[in-house]
Amino acid sequence: MKKKLTAALLIAAMCVSCLTGCGGSKGGENGVVKVYNWGEYIDEEVIQMFEEETGIEVIYDTFETNEEMYPLIEAGGVAYDVICPSDYMIEKMIANDLLAEINFDNIPNMEYISDEIMEGSRFFDPENKYSVPYTFGTLGILYNSSLIDEEITSWESLWNEEYAGNILMYNSPRDLFTAPLKLLGYSLNTTDTAELDEAKEMLLEQKPLLQRYVMDQIKDTMISGSASIAMCYSGEVLQLQEQNPDLKYVIPEEGSNYFIDSWVIPANAENKENAEAWINFLNDPEIAYKNFEYITYATPNTGAQEMMDEELAANQAVNPSSEVLSRCEVFRTLGEEGDALYSEMWMEIKDAG
Amino acid sequence: MSKKLLSGPYIVWMVGFTLIPLALIVFYGLTDKAGAFTLENIMAIAQPERLNALLRSLKLSLVSTAICLVLAYPLAMILKSLKVGRGSFIVFIFILPMWMNFLLRTMAWQTLLDHNGVINNILRFFNLPELKIINTQAAIIFGMVYNFLPFMVLPIYNVLVKIGDDTVEAARDLGANSVQTFFRVILPLSMPGVISGITMVFVPALTTFVISDLLGGGMILLIGNVIEQEFTFTTNWNLGSGLSLVLMVFILISMAILAKYDKEGEGAAF
Repeated sequence: MKKKLTAALLIAAMCVSCLTGCGGSKGGENGVVKVYNWGEYIDEEVIQMFEEETGIEVIYDTFETNEEMYPLIEAGGVAYDVICPSDYMIEKMIANDLLAEINFDNIPNMEYISDEIMEGSRFFDPENKYSVPYTFGTLGILYNSSLIDEEITSWESLWNEEYAGNILMYNSPRDLFTAPLKLLGYSLNTTDTAELDEAKEMLLEQKPLLQRYVMDQIKDTMISGSASIAMCYSGEVLQLQEQNPDLKYVIPEEGSNYFIDSWVIPANAENKENAEAWINFLNDPEIAYKNFEYITYATPNTGAQEMMDEELAANQAVNPSSEVLSRCEVFRTLGEEGDALYSEMWMEIKDAG
Repeated sequence: MSKKLLSGPYIVWMVGFTLIPLALIVFYGLTDKAGAFTLENIMAIAQPERLNALLRSLKLSLVSTAICLVLAYPLAMILKSLKVGRGSFIVFIFILPMWMNFLLRTMAWQTLLDHNGVINNILRFFNLPELKIINTQAAIIFGMVYNFLPFMVLPIYNVLVKIGDDTVEAARDLGANSVQTFFRVILPLSMPGVISGITMVFVPALTTFVISDLLGGGMILLIGNVIEQEFTFTTNWNLGSGLSLVLMVFILISMAILAKYDKEGEGAAF
């Protein structure tokens, strides 16, 4: 039996290697770089510009969540050269030896990266060896000022019965738990069962007031006014405000999550130098600003920050001040048991009602 | 020899994309993270939330299968009575939506059914009461029926067109009225198509997690969502596979019923 299983696995391995072998193209004159990034997280023109300037062909794939990306990289079936995960996921990848140290000699544009964000990166990459910040931002509350009269300042508002049926929460456990944990004054990274139980009770209480749990659909729903108040990452805000000027963004006074999405190079990357060229290219101030205009998440690139007009630079959603950031926490990886705990509680919440 | 050669690609396909993945799911489902044999992943279904999700999925998929059947059978009868060929325009219209991406069609319904969506705006314009089914179980059933209806219509239609007019005429000659003809001749003869249609609607409806996320607004937990969560959030492939095995039991049962009633494969959809 064991022999048969081994044989079957070998055949499977052969099939896979044959497929990738046959399917792979030769790439540009200087080879390829396989990029794995969030959906809608780059100005597509930038990819073309990179290809033209460097002669490296870009093979570009996208993911929707860190959790979806991680098992692919861990299984090692696909060798991406450069990936853009979030902070806590980078911490987990470093801990599991999935990342390669970056050779910063190949990235002269590092000089533009803000010191403050590099310092923030130390939460998950203590020696700043594995990651180059791409974007950062905060989790806050987005509300429609034409439907809500008061000025929102607290997570409390997401439990306000006046807004019943018009509240949106994120359909991902870590983001979802941010609101009750901060209201209760606990850390976002707690794995204390008693603290999480309290947070879970609050979320159970909140569920009947919700319209739905969402991810990307938040955009359409908030623009159309189908919902009036929602959890929202700051990066979406500029785009949304452009389409519906009534939308306002606030970082709740209790504090929130502060995230950094950074480029990392996986340990099994086949084109490490091309990956470094990719990171360097993206940090050219002109390119960084072009990308910022498209994705509208705050950029750590000081060169790009200087190109912003006054109104943009003053917008807390795009450019949160140090004072605001000091109230926010970065997500840390929770470990298997912590993840299982969140998963179980999340299931209980979703099962209710 | 040449026939054997021709089957080569299909054998590679079946082994590579059906048998090996299936074997991997069984392997993961019956082992823990260290690779030792365990039944824990299967027994995990007994946890109340998961069991609720399974029962809810069974309920919703049974209801939508029943609705599909009620809608599809008369439709197949009408299509047959129109005496149009299989390649006709009307049959084509029922297949047409399947050319569009399933996800896209479901997302479109989300926008249509939304509180401020297209349908409600039209209703409001005429001062009619608003439709409030988005993010409820009703919306999920609607999505299932909409997406899977063609899979019920086609097998039934394919069986019905094979029943010759002479069979029906013979029944009438022998004194059966139209109701008797239907229940004693047409319905029994069309059973293979009905059973095939039921399986083809029930199985995808039972396992879906996209419809409940999009039209159920993530508020209603189905067994598909539970399994998805094990793979995407906790990255516990063993538990996810174990739960998939439990789900497979229900799928195997419906396949067994299909095999019993449809020995000649008459009910094939295409």
